[in-house]
Amino acid sequence: MQVRVTAEPFDPGGESNAFLARHGGAGAAVTFTGIVRSRPDGPILALTLECYVELAESQIAALTSEAIARFSLIDAAVIHRHGRMLPGEPIMQVMTLAPHREDAFRGAQFLMDYLKTDAPFWKKEETPDGERWVEAKAEDDVARGRW
Amino acid sequence: MKILYFAWLRERLNKGEEEVFPPAEVKTVADLIGWLAANDEAAELAFAKRALIRAAVDRQLVGHDAPIAGASTVALFPPMTGG
Repeated sequence: MQVRVTAEPFDPGGESNAFLARHGGAGAAVTFTGIVRSRPDGPILALTLECYVELAESQIAALTSEAIARFSLIDAAVIHRHGRMLPGEPIMQVMTLAPHREDAFRGAQFLMDYLKTDAPFWKKEETPDGERWVEAKAEDDVARGRW
Repeated sequence: MKILYFAWLRERLNKGEEEVFPPAEVKTVADLIGWLAANDEAAELAFAKRALIRAAVDRQLVGHDAPIAGASTVALFPPMTGG
């Protein structure tokens, strides 16, 4: 299990390859990468994630352990950045490894759903009209609730 | 006891942390929020929507009914928006 909460940029492909290289013959690997979004109808100049680092580390470690136990994962890893990022930059990455794809997908989805609502990060968007805190979405609580 | 504030709560209070010494009758997170709000005008406004406030006592996410006796750090913050 690997948990990294960092202000540094990371290389999604490099991290995925390193994760895979630690396990031979595992069967199924899933990588999800969250990327700073900017759409023509809602342009973002930058995204800043505030973080309670000590709690984020312990929360993500606990969630990752739970995912491994619950979905019989061979391994799982979470990288989550904080600080200021530009559109197109990776924010976070979840990687899971299981004997079969169903558990690898479900483990990654479980981690994603819980990271949205239970990991102490707060997003603030810089837009052409000024700054605004991103509000928590009710559908994120619904997504978490299905587990 | 040290209190940590994050995101818009930190901005509205204009501080990321403070050391406080609540009286003995302040027993839970809810009591603490009420006590902070009663003692400061900015805090009264910042904590106006109580149900939005999330808390961690000594790095454990807890509900408003959680005890704070003996805690060294209480963090207060809005709903989380990670991932």
